[in-house]
Amino acid sequence: MVPGSPCPILTDLAQFQAAIGVPATDLRLAAGPGTRLLWRRMAYFIQQLINGLTLGSIYGLIAIGYTMVYGIIGMINFAHGEIYMIGAFVALITFLVLGMVGISYVPLALLVMLIASMVFTGAYGWTVERLAYRPLRHSFRLAPLISAIGMSIFLQNYVQLLQGARVKALPPVVQGGFTLMHSGGFTVEVSWLQVFILVLTLALMAGFSFVIGGTPLGRAQRACEQDMTMAALLGIDVDRTISTTFVIGAALAAVAGLMVTLYYGVIDFFIGFLAGIKAFTAAVLGGIGSLPGAMLGGLLIGLIEAFWSGYFSVEYKDVSVFVILVLVLIFRPTGLLGRPDVEKV
Amino acid sequence: MTGEALPRLQRVAWGRVLRDAMLAAAVALVLAIPLVGFQTVEKNAVLGISLRFGWVAVGVAAVFAGRIAIALLRALRPSPPAWAVPLRLAPLRQTRIFGALLVVFAAALPFLPFSSRYLVDLGTTVLIYVMLGWGLNVVVGLAGLLDLGYVAFYAVGAYSFALFAQWFGLSFWEGLPLAGLLAASFGLTLGFPVLRLRGDYLAIVTLGFGEIVRLVLINWVPVTNGPNGISNVPRPSFFGMPFDRRAPPGVTTFSDFFHIAFNPGQRIVFLYYVILALALITNAFTLRLRRLPIGRAWEALREDEIACRALGINPTTVKLSAFAIGAMLGGFAGSFFATRQGFISPESFTFIESATILAIVVLGGAGSQLGVVLAAVVLVTLPEFGRELAQYRMLLFGAAMIGIMIWRPRGLMARREPSLRLNPLREPSG
Repeated sequence: MVPGSPCPILTDLAQFQAAIGVPATDLRLAAGPGTRLLWRRMAYFIQQLINGLTLGSIYGLIAIGYTMVYGIIGMINFAHGEIYMIGAFVALITFLVLGMVGISYVPLALLVMLIASMVFTGAYGWTVERLAYRPLRHSFRLAPLISAIGMSIFLQNYVQLLQGARVKALPPVVQGGFTLMHSGGFTVEVSWLQVFILVLTLALMAGFSFVIGGTPLGRAQRACEQDMTMAALLGIDVDRTISTTFVIGAALAAVAGLMVTLYYGVIDFFIGFLAGIKAFTAAVLGGIGSLPGAMLGGLLIGLIEAFWSGYFSVEYKDVSVFVILVLVLIFRPTGLLGRPDVEKV
Repeated sequence: MTGEALPRLQRVAWGRVLRDAMLAAAVALVLAIPLVGFQTVEKNAVLGISLRFGWVAVGVAAVFAGRIAIALLRALRPSPPAWAVPLRLAPLRQTRIFGALLVVFAAALPFLPFSSRYLVDLGTTVLIYVMLGWGLNVVVGLAGLLDLGYVAFYAVGAYSFALFAQWFGLSFWEGLPLAGLLAASFGLTLGFPVLRLRGDYLAIVTLGFGEIVRLVLINWVPVTNGPNGISNVPRPSFFGMPFDRRAPPGVTTFSDFFHIAFNPGQRIVFLYYVILALALITNAFTLRLRRLPIGRAWEALREDEIACRALGINPTTVKLSAFAIGAMLGGFAGSFFATRQGFISPESFTFIESATILAIVVLGGAGSQLGVVLAAVVLVTLPEFGRELAQYRMLLFGAAMIGIMIWRPRGLMARREPSLRLNPLREPSG
């Protein structure tokens, strides 16, 4: 520690950064007098918090699809990341079509994009289940997983062939924002887009919880999750319930795809792979099978990623997510909100 | 069409078939409109859109016709779903004879009249995948642990050999065992914390591990040279004799020693025999392991973990050994890959490699040695036939994975030889 340094922790952090080869300017924490510096760190922290929550909402929405499918049929829907990618593409194409026909009123455009991506992507989710998973419902354990990996490779190349391999860049649709706070020379900006993403996520979560908790459809889903045979005996159409689960999961992933298209403005056919793995990590972190767990896990993954890139290094941010996945599975294999799973003979 | 087929065809419920086909076409229309009907095009760095509704019409018509064709095929040849067919035991002798013939063919390949440098090179690639498949088969097929990050061990083997050669000047034959050991210790390090997890969790952790290894290889530039990779990996020598036109002083080249003319194809053939030998050793090793107590424990664990525990088998040690041995075999294959290419970069160790190796194991019929060979031949050579179709290669690859799983969920060679026969004198019939 440097004697007489205004903030010892900061100095250590700066030294740590120097040691791992990250320039200290990345922190935007150039030296300054004590209290001002503290405020500045605070502001930086809040900025990363907001960025992380936005990112986390996106992961959470994808993670719900994984957790629902796993809860009901006990398989990792490996193609779910690709469904999210298709959602992003449908949103992009809808936006371009709207531009072509001359609709430029932003709220209307957003609404149309939202509905179009949910409907079309939902159809993809339904088809994927019908073609690749339903014929293998009672099959050998690894078969649906291989089929899912095949589907993932297929969809990636399908979109690449149809829409080209190049990165698609979109001009910002929702612009502007407001300054949340301004302290120590560091401004905390919240864009309207971030507000839109957070509010939309909250609204979807509320609607979704209602569907699962208070409608016949949700009851059928919970019944299938507990015991599929018994549910079928009691007159629940299991196939239809599973199909609906895939459609709902795909529609939520499509919203995540829409958000990513708007938030980053660049998409390509490969975005589904990493986002899919991270969202699955989120689902496992929250406790697979648990719906609030998926959202919580998503938010945590988003926060971890934002703070890691903000304070350490951008290169290793994906490594950090996987390391956390491994640690969670070692020390709490059922996740944060998952129920312990008793294996019976 | 035979006389027997006609009455069956008359029994087709045409109304239902048409309704079904129309439904499928309607779904195809919904799927095709956004992604096929509109294409994003870039004009002056601004995204625009162009229409392609002709393609949509073609696609929907194809789905409609295909759906009717499938319904007719089903009516002609009604078959029970694949999973309902009982698992039959392979006729032991036939499998053995076929396997022996395959080995003879592989050994003679470079000297067959139709053989060419290209064919031998392709054979080398196939054998690398066969070896990887056999290595992964220990983990997936025998021990029943789903590993989606097998390519990590392959990468560790390749990089450790390349780095040993770069730093300490080790030759291929010195680097090979070290690379295998290092890969095995990686397997132990990964396996130790995660093997208590259940199947699907294990799959995703191994997938994460594969990605971590790749990301580290890309970002740890001082050691791995990042995305640029390592070049000038030394070539293997024949008992110290290099395959070069001219050798440095004091070293005899292969061609000089045998008094034959130098030919660059000699190295290709030599590499082919090296990987053939490695693959056959792998095969003999894993077949032997299956008969040892440890192999029996793997298979027992795959079938029922709780019963194994009750019988006093320690699942963690048993799984760990499978993981380490699989990793070691992957490491051997990796260092061979490095010496064959002479250049390695993180590009060669993506998830798609893991998926391909896993597909080889599962499509071949998890646990079947011969199935792995067949699946490797199919998956590696198919893309070579359709080089004009190169851009559709991966699309077809994915579709084939789904198709084969639906057609034969237990793989091409599901009729695997049982590990234990209660009555060795009587072959089970059929």
